[in-house]
Amino acid sequence: MYSFNFRRASNIEDAQQIHQSSSDAVYVAGGMTLIPSLKLRLANPDDVVDLSQIEGLSAISSNDGVVSVGAMARHCEVAATSDIPALASLASRIGDAQVRNRGTIGGSLANNDPSADYPAAVLGLGATIHTNARAIAGDDFFVDLFETALEDGEIITRVDFPIPKRAAYAKFANQASKYAVVGVMVAETDAGVRVGVTGAAACAFRLTSFEEALSANMSASALDGIDVDSSDFNSDLHASAAYRGSLVTVMAKQAVEQLAA
Amino acid sequence: MDAETGIGASVLRKEDARFITGKGQYTDDISVFGQTHCVFVRSPHARAKINSINTDPAMAVDGVIRVFTGDELVEDGIGDLPCGWVVNSKDGSPMVSPPHPPIATTVVNYVGEPYAFVVAETLQAARDGAEAVEADFDILEAVVDTATASSSTQIHENAPNNQAYDWELGDKEATDAAFENADHVTELDITNNRLIPNAIEPRAALGSYDAASSTYTLYTTSQNPHVERVVLALFVNVAPEANLRVISPDVGGGFGSKIFVYAEETAVIWASAKVGRPIKWRADRSESFLADAHGRDHVTKAQLALSSDGEMLGLRVKTIANMGAYLSTFSSSVPTYLYGTLMAGQYKTPAIYVETQAVFTNTSPVDAYRGAGRPEATYVVERIVETAARELNMDPVELRRKNFIPPDAFPYQTPVALEYDTGNYAASMSKALELADSDGYAARKAASEANGKLRGIGYSCYIEACGIAPSQLVISLGAGVGLFESAEVRVDVSGSVSVMTGSHSHGQGHETTFAQLVSDRLGIPFDSVNVIHGDTGRSDYGLGTYGSRSIAVGGSAIDKALDKIIAKGKKIAAHMFETTEDKVNFAEGQFSYEGSNEPKPFAEIAGAAYIPAVYPLDELEPGLSEKAFYDPKNFTYPAGSYVCEVEIDPSTGVTEIQKFVAVDDFGNVINPMIVEGQVHGGLAQGIGQALLEHGIYDADGNLSTGSYMDYTMPRAADLPDFEVDMTSTPCTHNPLGVKGCGEAGAIGSPAAVMNAITDALGVKDVPMPATPHTVWETIQQGA
Amino acid sequence: MKVDLTVNGSQHAVDVADNALLSDVLRETLGLTGTHVGCDTSQCGACTVHLNGSSVKACTVLAGQADGGDITTIEGIANGDDLHPMQVAFRANHALQCGFCTPGMIMSAIDLVQSADEPLGADEVREGLEGNFCRCTGYHNIVKAVLDAQANM
Repeated sequence: MYSFNFRRASNIEDAQQIHQSSSDAVYVAGGMTLIPSLKLRLANPDDVVDLSQIEGLSAISSNDGVVSVGAMARHCEVAATSDIPALASLASRIGDAQVRNRGTIGGSLANNDPSADYPAAVLGLGATIHTNARAIAGDDFFVDLFETALEDGEIITRVDFPIPKRAAYAKFANQASKYAVVGVMVAETDAGVRVGVTGAAACAFRLTSFEEALSANMSASALDGIDVDSSDFNSDLHASAAYRGSLVTVMAKQAVEQLAA
Repeated sequence: MDAETGIGASVLRKEDARFITGKGQYTDDISVFGQTHCVFVRSPHARAKINSINTDPAMAVDGVIRVFTGDELVEDGIGDLPCGWVVNSKDGSPMVSPPHPPIATTVVNYVGEPYAFVVAETLQAARDGAEAVEADFDILEAVVDTATASSSTQIHENAPNNQAYDWELGDKEATDAAFENADHVTELDITNNRLIPNAIEPRAALGSYDAASSTYTLYTTSQNPHVERVVLALFVNVAPEANLRVISPDVGGGFGSKIFVYAEETAVIWASAKVGRPIKWRADRSESFLADAHGRDHVTKAQLALSSDGEMLGLRVKTIANMGAYLSTFSSSVPTYLYGTLMAGQYKTPAIYVETQAVFTNTSPVDAYRGAGRPEATYVVERIVETAARELNMDPVELRRKNFIPPDAFPYQTPVALEYDTGNYAASMSKALELADSDGYAARKAASEANGKLRGIGYSCYIEACGIAPSQLVISLGAGVGLFESAEVRVDVSGSVSVMTGSHSHGQGHETTFAQLVSDRLGIPFDSVNVIHGDTGRSDYGLGTYGSRSIAVGGSAIDKALDKIIAKGKKIAAHMFETTEDKVNFAEGQFSYEGSNEPKPFAEIAGAAYIPAVYPLDELEPGLSEKAFYDPKNFTYPAGSYVCEVEIDPSTGVTEIQKFVAVDDFGNVINPMIVEGQVHGGLAQGIGQALLEHGIYDADGNLSTGSYMDYTMPRAADLPDFEVDMTSTPCTHNPLGVKGCGEAGAIGSPAAVMNAITDALGVKDVPMPATPHTVWETIQQGA
Repeated sequence: MKVDLTVNGSQHAVDVADNALLSDVLRETLGLTGTHVGCDTSQCGACTVHLNGSSVKACTVLAGQADGGDITTIEGIANGDDLHPMQVAFRANHALQCGFCTPGMIMSAIDLVQSADEPLGADEVREGLEGNFCRCTGYHNIVKAVLDAQANM
């Protein structure tokens, strides 16, 4: 690690002020991505601003058909919630137990790793991401590889997930890293069927062709014969674009079958 | 003997007491007064000429004490890292071993090769300093691919065709004749994937120099501290052997990767005198991936000649072995004497011819990794035997049974130099089939198919050669070291016993197994035996732990020392009984004489040895302490039958091992619990090779799988419960009848898994590791 | 930077660098070398300790993040000479060989069992230990040990 100043923020305003006054500051929530990057000297910030002392950022509540998850809620806490079982199930399969005990939903979403799980939930469930400045529709949040709609220094405060009629998440995990090679959230919501896909491309996306097919017929067989265009999909040591393309269908079908079960 | 702690009892381990409480002392847990920290500056290029190195910016970093480059070691007379086994090519010429300075001087030949190192007050300062070192390189074209290395750009000046040697074993003409007379020839082109050992404790070193006595002390993560010492003294010229003490404290796994003498501990111990302060280095895992010797990496063409009824007539094997950039400590022996010699497997194939071309590439050096040559050999033999059975429409079990060396044929001379002393291969096979419930397989396969899954079963009958020996033979074949083991048994005045062994334990449980042996033979309490290992300052000599040799060679050395203890005890007892030593018996801890009804317990004789009241000191020296060196007459030959059953999901390519049965013949067993544990660990590494692990370089020579994010380590959920059992044909030529068990699991399992996968998919070959992606692609190609 | 920690029941006020990791503080500052470091990408789990009752990888927690925290390490789970049931079970089932991963494995296993609402099965133990690598045992006896310890916790 390079040297840096560890700065504890006591509230959101304090965090932002530290961030603004620093020439190069980075927030740390759980640190599950940031700290390994620091250790490998892949990041060299002047200031690391700890958000964990800020009160009120980690509550999880359920009201009026919406589950509101504080940005600093840890994966293990989301995994223990009951109102959206698919979301809990997704959280329970992130990384490993120790990672789930530290990592936070806000940190994960702000990082926008192309293989992270939560983006599939945000898109699939039609969540809204609230920051200290505004509310961002989930559909507008993920911009590109590690790039989100967040402005510099903007802090996620909570994520609101409308409770779906039913939903399921299927994940094909990378055997080495446990990140998603492909993860698919299928949800039947008040606003229709939504399918959120993570792992396959530069960032998570909705698969409208699947949404349309499943709207007509919520069964795995409805996805037969629908071509998934994998030309822009990620291709790496672990999975070619074509394999990812195939896995998108296989995981979507698994999710649909879980819905039925 | 005590049934609870003697030979054959599953005694719980002594060493666990410190490990389960966090009290183990691994190298990085040891810190000494005045200690500094060291970080190596490593090549970012696979192949480059070093034009210049500027260390000034590093020296300017606050806290940096010294920055060393390779030239300074050369100027101080530090030699190259040697390869300790000279293998000759077919034409009789010795292998080419390129210069391998510990710290690169003029060229770098793999990503991660160190070309400078920084010593600083803190680790942080050393890291900052390492980053500040500036080097000017001319980047050269890198050679990466094993199969095409010999037709690629020449890496080393003295190695045309990038060839280290082109070795052969066996009778070429007889093998050619066997193929001419064959009804059927099975051909198989296979690769043995490169593995990265990944002991969970990264390598580390702590070196210090005492100017007052001109002595060096090196704590390091070595499987064989005496070998480390002799190499550092004799070849690398760090210090006279007598002035160098090497201590391997608790070591967190080795699997071969900690046998070798590496740049880092060489640099640390040498520099400790230059700096005048102790220096500590511990690898980050990212460094371990680049700087530990890798394993395997073969490309092989094999042919098996058979009669129409499945009799194996001849085997031809032609292998290209990737040695990496330099010849590591014992690398040359791995794809030759530890590989070609195993090609008979468990079979009476009369004619075998093996060729191995060892090539250099711009990758990390490759050396022994758990099994070392024998997994590669078993993979060739057991894959081609299974393939032949499929081609001949024979049951692979029957084909094997037909060709097994029968129990009455031992000792059996193979056509590839080894003489097997004993074995009963059909017995292991029968037991394995029973445990695997092979009769129920058809029903299980049907059930899988009904579920849309593919099911396959695969077998592997391995032979292993452990405790490489005898020294004179091995030295005549080019080895630069003896292959005996030493032991010292020191009986204390009170009758407790300290055992100094040259075998090092880094997980194998020697402190327990050897104590069982001593307690059993001397008839003394298990808890009064203390086993000491891993310190050149405390035991005379030792060759260390590798090649499943500890019990067969190290244990036999202890047994030999115990013979001497008992013999001397009898002499002392004879004086106490006022008789002659030939009339004294020793059994169950008691010296007895038929003329006396008062036997003397061992502790009483021990006391008498040190309080020499009753015997003439001009005939018998006081004390009771004996040393022994044991040099085996032959290898030992563990063997076993493994059965693997897999289920594959064709939609994802995921392979799940549904059943894994291992039946091994290790001869006599001292501690079954520990032996089973060794099998479990070997199986995990073998299954890891088959399904998960792969050291991959990109075309430029960058290690693509250089962290746990990309190199898949087997986790608990990746592995099945193992069904492990044993048969026994005791070794005929060592006093304990033992064979060795450390590597068996890693040797036998890859072929069993891959035979099962190819059976399920109905294809001839799938490259290891059979990851979901690879299996899925194989299915797509067939579809 | 000043950091207050309670470690194995003892309170410590330590002065550490801003970029110090919890594993550095435990090993270097407090001399608790039972917490091992086996990788630099937060996967092997050898450094697992309990922070405020939950298993975490001490190599991936900044010392500042642990400020005010209650930490238990492998050195703190026995009650005097009375070993924790998980320690007993690891030895009784030969669930360790080289011992390097063992402290982290034991700390994870304890949290796994304590967090479970119902008794765990073998598959759940295997899944639950996915954050810890062992290179020696093939996990076979580790799974046995955790199931065994569960009955005594």
